[in-house]
Amino acid sequence: MAEETLEKRRGFLVGSIAAMMGTISAALGLPALGYLLVPGREKKKSDWIEAADLSKLMVNQPEQIIFNRVRRDGWKLVTEKAAAWVVKTGEQQVVAFSPVCTHLGCAVSWNSGDKTFACPCHTSSFSPDGKVIAGPAPRPLDRFDVRVDGIKVMLGDVKKSAEG
Amino acid sequence: MINSVLDCVEDRTGAVSGVKHFLYEDIPASSGWHQVLGSVAMFCFLVQVVTGILLALNYAPTPPDAHASLRFILTELTSGRLIRGLHHWGASMMIVVVGMHLLQTFLWGAYKKPREATWMLGVILLLLTLGFGLTGYLLPWDNRAYWGTVVTTQITAKAPIAGPYILRLMGSEDGNIGVQTFARFYGAHVLLLPPLMMMLIGLHVFLVRKHGVAPAPVETEPKKKFFPGQVFKDTVAIFIMFSILFALATMVRVPLGKIADPTDTTYIPRPEWYFLFLFQLLKFFEGPLEIIGSMVLPGVAVGLLFATPFIDRGAAIKLRQRTFAIGIVLFAGIGWASLTFAAMRSTPHKEPYQSFTAEEVAAVGSFRQGQCWQCHGVTPGDMKAGPNLADIAVHEERDALVAHFQKNAGNRGLKDLQFRQLATFMRKLDDESVVAIASTPINVVSGAQLYMKNNCGVCHSINSAGGKSGPPLNGVAKRRDRTWLEGHFGDPQKFSPGSMMPAYKFERADMDSMLAYMETLKD
Ligand code: FES
Repeated sequence: MAEETLEKRRGFLVGSIAAMMGTISAALGLPALGYLLVPGREKKKSDWIEAADLSKLMVNQPEQIIFNRVRRDGWKLVTEKAAAWVVKTGEQQVVAFSPVCTHLGCAVSWNSGDKTFACPCHTSSFSPDGKVIAGPAPRPLDRFDVRVDGIKVMLGDVKKSAEG
Repeated sequence: MINSVLDCVEDRTGAVSGVKHFLYEDIPASSGWHQVLGSVAMFCFLVQVVTGILLALNYAPTPPDAHASLRFILTELTSGRLIRGLHHWGASMMIVVVGMHLLQTFLWGAYKKPREATWMLGVILLLLTLGFGLTGYLLPWDNRAYWGTVVTTQITAKAPIAGPYILRLMGSEDGNIGVQTFARFYGAHVLLLPPLMMMLIGLHVFLVRKHGVAPAPVETEPKKKFFPGQVFKDTVAIFIMFSILFALATMVRVPLGKIADPTDTTYIPRPEWYFLFLFQLLKFFEGPLEIIGSMVLPGVAVGLLFATPFIDRGAAIKLRQRTFAIGIVLFAGIGWASLTFAAMRSTPHKEPYQSFTAEEVAAVGSFRQGQCWQCHGVTPGDMKAGPNLADIAVHEERDALVAHFQKNAGNRGLKDLQFRQLATFMRKLDDESVVAIASTPINVVSGAQLYMKNNCGVCHSINSAGGKSGPPLNGVAKRRDRTWLEGHFGDPQKFSPGSMMPAYKFERADMDSMLAYMETLKD
């Protein structure tokens, strides 16, 4: 009998030790997960940036534009150089591709010989409308939001292209 | 299944029997609740390590980014406030627990032979804990951190002979604090102190084990095992400590103030509460005697602590018979408490709005008049339809904010200029200034609005903002009394001949607001 109550008491002690330690670990661990995994509250859209002059673009002739943009990087506002391949597709129509290859992120450039965007890293190539022609790239080139305002070509955020 | 895994681990590492050896150590039958504090202190340290690492994962350890990144942690990240709160209050908690651990050991006389070394190591651990507090205080890089550390460095700089060298060691050139001091404090806080602390805690625990838990003077019953009885008591104490800490971290906000500004001479520095008594002690010794308060007395106190086991060499006796020890503790406790209390009372208090420019105080008025409070809370936890301004940082461009105001509060009689000033104010809000939106007295706000409307700032300045052709208004109420001020508004030339100030005939209520505002302006 005494043996049994002793055993019970021991079970209670061990159980409560585990429960208390578990509670503390959860109280520390769950916030830590949120802290490390949830992205920052503010999702700032980039401002429209005047990047090119429509009258100077030739139809279906991709032009590399380098511009400065301000981006919020964590706790910092950074001004950085960004590039876009801008293609005039009609009188008032412009598309702008991100130069970042959708495979592993090398910079693509326009090959005026065979009229493709070519990636130097693993030989992906893209058609003038951004579609994958060859190589390991899994999806078309990403596009900037574009707004044409008179002769001003304004660029916004980069939108991820759909798979395939 | 579990057993075979355990066997397998045991065969290869001996870990299982190691843990068993640790858990089933014999402890005196008299052991109990009074001996839980060492474990609690160690657990406090563990919490500091965990939360410290978490903070470091989103922290830029160099000014001025240190401030920006901490602000990012607080306003942008999930649980950022909680983790920072745990680390901040955890530091205080650790000091309290370590202090209690020391008191217990002292009162029970557990430092006596053969435990002298354990005690002395404990004193070193206490000093290390204070070192963590000292170096960590600078890391938020706000005014509080900056000016608090300036005072510390100035005190140590006064040490005879060694002063300049200590100052150099702290990365400071003639008492100035900059990136170098910051780097040294941060390095000490995260690279030097933690491993040192861990090693010494290990040694401390090893010695406790080697000599066994200190027994009562007379032990009649047979020894018992550490696990589970004592472990349970330790865990309950840890759990209580952690619950208090968690409650503090969630309920008492630790504000991050304005970024450190070495030119802001109006800031009143104040050290963390556990150093306040030293701060106060200094005030009793002036001039050449200062060194007594800053070095000699603290030095003697630490020396006495170290020497305690050698001063008191008598045989162990019951707690109730240790009247002398109890007397010392009471004496020290009362001394410490009254010094701390005196320091808290003598620190002048400044309301947040008292460091605002007139434009900023008037912006508080615009916020209220525009009824922005209908959608935006301004105190922690005040949930409303819009974002709570006490929890976030406003990043929006000024124009976007003005557009937002016009859309939502366009019909509340505010002018575009007021909207623009409100937008500027919103972008500058921080944990300390946000308090002012709710706390600034109504007549002070009206006074500031009147001040803006009459363009007083063209000639006068408040908190260094404004024109230079008239006298600055900070401290004006100390220089002139109310009747003088009131008369002067109505007929400036009568009171100060040759003044080029035009006369202002305010209505009674307006005059009262104006005077109320003037009276809050501190030097
Ligand atoms: S990165 Fe462009 S093909 Fe691999």
